[in-house]
Formats: sequence, C-alpha cells, structure tokens
Amino acid sequence: MKHMKREHLITAVILLAVLIGAFALDAALPSYHIAIKVVKKACVYSLVAVSMNLLNGFTGLFSLGQAGFMLLGAYSYAVLCIPVAKRAGVYQYFNGGVVQFSLPEVFAGILGGTVGPVVGMLCALLFGGLLTALCAYLIGLPVLRLKSDYLAIATLGFAEILRAFFQWNALGPLTNGSNLLKNYPDIGGAAAYILLAGVFIAVILLLVNSTYGRAFMAIRDDEVAAEAMGVNLAHHKRMAFIISSFFAGVGGGMLAMYMGTVQALSFKSAMTYEILLVVVMGGIGSVTGSVITSFLYIAGLEWLLRGLDSGTFLGVSSPIFKNGFRMAIVSVIIMIVVLFFRKGIMGDRELPDLFRRRTRVKKGGGAK
Amino acid sequence: MSENVLRLENVTMQFGGVVAVDNLSMEINRGEIVALIGPNGAGKTTAFNTITGVYEPTNGQVTFLGRPIVRNHPQGKMKKAYKGAEAEKYAHEPVLNPTPDKITKLGMARTFQNIRLWKTQTVFDNVLIAKHMLRTANVFAATFRLNRAEEAEQRREVAELLDIVGLSDVRNELATSLPYGKQRRLEIARALATKPKLLMLDEPAAGMNPQETDELTAFIARVRRDFDMTILLIEHHMDLVMDISDRIYVIDFGKLIAHGTPEEIQNDRRVIDAYLGVEEDA
Repeated sequence: MKHMKREHLITAVILLAVLIGAFALDAALPSYHIAIKVVKKACVYSLVAVSMNLLNGFTGLFSLGQAGFMLLGAYSYAVLCIPVAKRAGVYQYFNGGVVQFSLPEVFAGILGGTVGPVVGMLCALLFGGLLTALCAYLIGLPVLRLKSDYLAIATLGFAEILRAFFQWNALGPLTNGSNLLKNYPDIGGAAAYILLAGVFIAVILLLVNSTYGRAFMAIRDDEVAAEAMGVNLAHHKRMAFIISSFFAGVGGGMLAMYMGTVQALSFKSAMTYEILLVVVMGGIGSVTGSVITSFLYIAGLEWLLRGLDSGTFLGVSSPIFKNGFRMAIVSVIIMIVVLFFRKGIMGDRELPDLFRRRTRVKKGGGAK
Repeated sequence: MSENVLRLENVTMQFGGVVAVDNLSMEINRGEIVALIGPNGAGKTTAFNTITGVYEPTNGQVTFLGRPIVRNHPQGKMKKAYKGAEAEKYAHEPVLNPTPDKITKLGMARTFQNIRLWKTQTVFDNVLIAKHMLRTANVFAATFRLNRAEEAEQRREVAELLDIVGLSDVRNELATSLPYGKQRRLEIARALATKPKLLMLDEPAAGMNPQETDELTAFIARVRRDFDMTILLIEHHMDLVMDISDRIYVIDFGKLIAHGTPEEIQNDRRVIDAYLGVEEDA
C-alpha cells in the first residue's frame, strides 16, 4: 500500500467531515435539540441495520430476531448502569432489585471520575453484546437448521417470547418486571454516538472484507457451491448469526442510552421491521446504504416530516396535515424508492465505489 | 502397481423404491483420467453426489487415498425396502457420512453440471473464496488483519493459478459476465484452488460448441500434466471422453455394464446397445 487510492481518500475526508460536523453540532446546540437527537438515534439504527445486513444481506440468512437481541442489550446496559443510590427508586416494587452495583461507579472508583464512568458504560455495552451473542448461540443451535422464511418465523417468535419473558414478574428483581428502567447515564452527545457506532461498524466492515466475509457471501450466492468448496455451512452460519447478534446487542444498549428509559414493551416486532426496511431501502449487502438510509429515515420520520402531523409543512398549512398523515407520506416515499431503486439506494456498492473512476467496474481483487 | 486414489465398493443409492446407483464398484489410480459415462438418467451424477457427500449412499463404501471416507448400510425403513446387493457387508462397520465440505478438505474438489459460480463475486474472488478452507486464521485474527501474511500468500497463489488457466486478464470482472467456456474454466480453477488430489468434473463440456469442447479437452489434459492431477469426469461428449480418458466406466440404470480403455469400450457390444448406438439404415 504505497499511496491511498483517490476514492479512499475522498471517503476518509467525508467521514472526517461528518465527525467534525458532529462535534460542531454538540458545541453549538443544546443536548436536547432535535438535530442531536436525530443524529444519536440514526447512529443506533445504523449500527443495528448494519448488523442485520451482515446476516440478511451478506450471509443470506433471513432472520427477524433483531428486536429481541436489542432488548437483551438494552436491558444489560440499563441494569448494569443505574446508579446504586437510585436503584431503590427504580426498583420500587422489588426492594431495590438484586444488582447492587453500577459499572460506571465501579470504574469511577478505579479510574477516576472522568474516564471511569465512560469505561464502565462501554463495558456494560460490551457485556450486553456478549450476553446477546451467547443467547444467539443457544437459539442458533436449533433455529439455524431452518431455511429462508422458516428461519425468519422462528427468530421472530424468539424475539416475541423474549419480550414477554422480560416482563415476567418473577424476574422483577432483575428486569423490574413490566416497569421502566431509568435514571442510568448517557455516554455523550452526537459525536460520541458517531464515534461509537463508527467503531463498531468499522469492525463489521473489516469482517465483511476478510476471508470470513467472503465465505459468508459465498454462502449467500450459492450454498451448494460454498459447501463443495470446503466452507462448513453450519459453522459459518452460526458464526454470522452470533456476530450479528453481538452488534445488535450493542446497538440495543446504545438505544437504551439514547432513549433514557427501557421497557420490554417497546421492543416490538415493528422495530425489527423498521430496521429491515432500512436495510432493504439502503441496499441489501451495502453497509454504506444501511447507514445513509438510517440517517434519512430517522431524520425524515422524527424531524423533517413532523409538520405533516402538526398542521404546517414547509410553510404550507392544510387541514389534512394531522396525526397519521406523516406515515401515509412515508409509505408513499417507500414505494417510490422501491419502484425506482430496485436494489435499494446503494445496491451493493459502498461509499468508495461512488468515487471510483468509471473504467474500473468492480473492486480490484488483487492489489490490496 | 500405481497408487490408488479413489475406490468405490458396492455403492448403492436407493431413493424410495428406485435404485439410482446399483452396486457400483470402481477405482481410480493416481495420475489417471477416468470417465464415467452412460445414458441420461443412468445415475452418473448420483454416483458423483454419493462420493462428494451430497447424498448419503444407502449401502457401500468409498475409500479415498486408502482411507474409508463414506460408508453406510441399509438402516431403519430401508432395511426392508432395500433392493440392492451386499446388504450385510457393511452392517457391522461404523457409518461414515461427512458433509461435502469435509470431503473437499480431504482433497477432493468438484465442479457442477450446471455452473455454480458465486454470482456477485469477481473472477479473482471466486477463486480466492475457495482458498478459505485452507486458512489457519480464526475469525478475530482475520477481522483485525493479523493474517496479512497468509492472505497475501493466498492472493499470490490465486493470481498464479489465474495465470496458468489463462484468466488473469478478466480477473476483476464479475464471474457471470464471462462467456460460457471461460466460466467452465473458472469453475475448474476454483476447484484447483483447494489443492485437491482428485478433481471431479461433472459434465464439463455440457452446452459447449465443438470449438469450445476442443479447447476444454486440451485444458483438462494440461491440468493433469501441470498439476499432476487425478481426474474423474462425467461426460456426454464422446470425442472428449475417448480423447483424454485412460479408462472408462459405463453405467446404465445404475449398474456398471462395462469398464476398460476407450478402444475396448468403443467395441463393447453392451455399451453400443445401451448407449453409443449404431448408425441405422434409413
């Protein structure tokens, strides 16, 4: 690697600009501003969408368990991060709960008040990911024998069971039953979210471009040929499932951070479909597509199209702009995207592919 | 006596009441090109699939490089329904039924009757993915690029292989954008990338015009020479088969009806009746 290729340089500049922009946003606006909220939520959705893309787009396993895995990550983060002093209040029906420590506080004691809490929160996120991965391993043992739609139904069922299970009163001392978990800390502003999601997405990108990522794509393209060429199907499918779930768990933890409260009730299958929508519209098999679509989707839904629900949109007032109209418009937009971008906004291209000179059609295999 | 590479003993494959492969025994020695021929539906591809682990044979044993790799005997419902021979021969030996990837790892690589390349991958990546099974790096090492040396070595080997098979000029094209003949060649290159000891070609000339077939014949002969390869092929193009095979096995309705050198086969009465045919007077 003597000098960077032009397209990689442009990509690096864009990513840097986004990061600087996020820092500027944090500095210029108060943390409750809608723009910052949008960036944070879009980061969470990006990570979860990319993790789903790893499984559905790159390995070709149609799984719909994402909301369930996010729930595990979200609860892990919340349970491990609620300050000890506030536990009595949060777990008021369960005598303060069984967990009587808080990772940010534990690490604050070891590493000091500035670095410690952040390290604690990161550890809680990673723990959530690992717990989710373990759960995925167990659920994968029976479920990964299924194919296509059957796999989707089984994972969807798993997510629904998990949601009900977490609201079970007997688990109350740990999960607070069907009550909210709250009062845990958030890691930072828009820039922190972008950095965090960026690092995890970068790891997924590295994986996708490694020899294992290529094996995943071989399974997606032709399972029979992949197996005949020595790719152990069961092993690789399980691996993709576990890794994807790990990142979904981390994404769930970040969602908990962003929302400020966690309740099992909110991790409905609709959330999985929302993410599936982002993956499909972004382009199945494109990490960039998932990220860009996450931002467009969240910004549009949560911010830019709000006016359609509240009476005035782009300065136009109309009696039909009332509750629910926004979703009707979103549906129309989705249909237009699906009609005109059959393979999603990005197809299977990534950001650098956009800046490549026209003569080179596909990524160069040899010169890496 | 040359070294035995593959040996089939009493291999029988029965689907319900249909015996697709019936008590087939054959052997392939090192450096040979052996053809398996027969009319449509004779059970050639089924035999192929029992060797490569796609199907579990109902009865019989496959030995590769002196080591049994596939073995089965009629069990359960099949015990009563079994119509083949030698039902008891392997009843007291352990059943061996590895998945295709394990068999490929032992050193046996195949191509497919209907080309099965990875459609979204480039020519180069198609061959590179076949190298995946030779990796030593685990998923963490590979993700965080701790396997640079291994990866570079694999890329070098793939480039070399593409040079040998004459596909380096199209290395960055999508595999499916190649003309048919080159796709076949790529599929063979992909199989060679796993460093097999036995190459199994399932109708490599299917759908090819005479010129492409001639090129393929020369190519297969070259693969044997350059890679010191043992080859088993299923084929319908008799020109190709008679040209390059050392020995030929002929099956019909799952049964072995003849076996010998191309000359012997061409003059075998049963083969002519069942398959090759005679020119009829109008």
